[in-house]
Amino acid sequence: MSTRGRVQGPAIEVVDLRKAYGGLRAVDGVSFTVARGEFFGILGPNGAGKTTLLEMVEGLRQPDSGQVRLLGREPWPRNHELLPLMGVQLQATAFFEKLTAREQLQTFGDLYGVGRARVEEMLELVGLTDKAGTREDRLSGGQRQRLSIACALVHDPLLVFFDEPTAALDPQARRNLWDVLREVQARGTTIVYTTHYLDEAEILCDRVAIMDGGRVHALDTPAALVRGLHADTRVALPPGALSESEARALPGADRVQLGDTEIVLTTRHPAVLVTALAGRDRLDGVSVRTATLEDVFLNLTGREYRA
Amino acid sequence: MSATLQTSAEPLRPEQGAPRAALAVRPGRQLVALARAMLRSFFRDRTALFFTFFFPLMFLVVFGLIFNSPGLGTTTIGVVGGGDVVTNLPRQLFEPKVYPDLAAGVAAVRRGDVPAVITQDGDRVLLRFAASDQVKAATIQGIVSNLVAQGNVVASGQPPRLTLDALRVEDQSLQPIQFTTGGILSWGVATSATFGAALSIVSWRKRQLLRRVRLSPVPVWTVVAARVGVSLVVAFVQAALYVLVALTPPFGLQLPGTWWLIAPLLVCGTLAFLSIGLLVGAVAKTEEAASAMANFIVLPMAFLSGTFFDISGAPAWLRAVSQVFPLRHMNDAMLDVLARGRGVSSVWAPCLILLGFALVLTAVATRVFRWDDD
Repeated sequence: MSTRGRVQGPAIEVVDLRKAYGGLRAVDGVSFTVARGEFFGILGPNGAGKTTLLEMVEGLRQPDSGQVRLLGREPWPRNHELLPLMGVQLQATAFFEKLTAREQLQTFGDLYGVGRARVEEMLELVGLTDKAGTREDRLSGGQRQRLSIACALVHDPLLVFFDEPTAALDPQARRNLWDVLREVQARGTTIVYTTHYLDEAEILCDRVAIMDGGRVHALDTPAALVRGLHADTRVALPPGALSESEARALPGADRVQLGDTEIVLTTRHPAVLVTALAGRDRLDGVSVRTATLEDVFLNLTGREYRA
Repeated sequence: MSATLQTSAEPLRPEQGAPRAALAVRPGRQLVALARAMLRSFFRDRTALFFTFFFPLMFLVVFGLIFNSPGLGTTTIGVVGGGDVVTNLPRQLFEPKVYPDLAAGVAAVRRGDVPAVITQDGDRVLLRFAASDQVKAATIQGIVSNLVAQGNVVASGQPPRLTLDALRVEDQSLQPIQFTTGGILSWGVATSATFGAALSIVSWRKRQLLRRVRLSPVPVWTVVAARVGVSLVVAFVQAALYVLVALTPPFGLQLPGTWWLIAPLLVCGTLAFLSIGLLVGAVAKTEEAASAMANFIVLPMAFLSGTFFDISGAPAWLRAVSQVFPLRHMNDAMLDVLARGRGVSSVWAPCLILLGFALVLTAVATRVFRWDDD
């Protein structure tokens, strides 16, 4: 297929996309651009409009108005030229009933016309080589998620959509999956990804869009979003490390809270404060906390992030 | 706060290595892959295997062996005293059980120990029977009144004027298995095709596999063709299994020369029942609902189409209603082929009806079909 290979232009262009169900504006004027090779996160609580947005971008749903272009092509109506270039991993693990991990990959591979060698390669990538002969219904939650990612990548797509790939996984399985996602990203694949976990998005994504009520409220790199908050940094010390008067005398310490389990110093100048602590040889057990995407979300929407 | 848009078209990370290999998307390979996946799912599902192959086989055994036993066998009958009619009761039919008097005999009939009691008082033959078993009562009455009539003819001293020559019109070797096999086969195919299509559509939709396949470069007709192919394979395996079992000595099925005509019937029937399953799968949201709806259609259809017993005695309106069921036409054609040995002339019309049914229902199902749950 001549359309594969290096395509010019951005991976995704979304312009003023809208979709309403009855009176509910599920997606209410969303625009963004995703560069080739970018790891792009869409964050937001349930009901924020992530799913509807993603379905329109993937070409499963017709927008009321606005434009979507994937790799320069329109995904709606079903675009047979585009489908081989994109991969999807869905929320439900969409497997053929009672087939083994290898058989699932072979079947999807056949649907996309890829060679059999690719199947073993994908099993290797997601660490399921020793589970190749296990039926899908006998795999653990984490193994199923990894298999479904492998199925989305079997045809080496230019652009993949992952819908909450780490939902309902234990912390260890989540971290294993991060490695897989980073490896996919390193191959130059453009990744669009939704998640409940803000901490995870902060680590993995090049840029994130924060959605609520059908709109994108912020879109930038996680670091820039957090910086944009101009939030104070909190430096915590073990209790008894400093007396209250010593703490208040420290340069840069704007506020001091003495708790039972820790002493918390709030500062707008963390470098000055930490240098002062180092000069007094009081760095043992010190932890420095900056604002996170959770704080960004709270600031944008005025409420706690509810997953 | 307004969103910051990055409009740069520069790749963030260059795609590594050579331009990605061209894909060879081929419909034939897709078709084979989907059909193989469906067959594997099916043959690894023990419940599906049981209801497809062994459940109908149980019915074949029950109907084939029980209704194959000729006649009623011997019936115990109560007798009181002697007399020529009583002593001349045919022993191959009746086993007499002696009671001291009529009152004791009638009491035994009331208790259900014997279906009837007979005694002779001079020229009067008394028969007291239980009406609770109507078939037995009628049989016993018929035989006894025949004995009485024969006795009267003998007593008149005249040769009998009328004689009865009764002979069945079918082949002398015709056994009930010739009727049973076709009915069970049609019913088995109706069950497997309807449930197969309905349950797999609902399950694929629930697992989002429908959505996943829709997001892959697979034409819709390929998915449909794979399902049709799989159902046809299953139908022919069913046919082979049932016919082979029916051919064994305890059943003794005799295949007529035109037996190959069941093949086109299987194909057209499978398509008709698949369309029912397609409609059920399009409407139902859960597997449980699909299963209940399919049962609600297939079971009454099986009874009203004469799968298990003859419906020629049913009221005319019921027989008229049964004409809307594809199973009725498949059954009739199977009977024509397997029991009556008829040829192409008895098969083409039912085949057309089955195909027409499939076409209409598929058109309806496509209208209400949903890819996703919401």
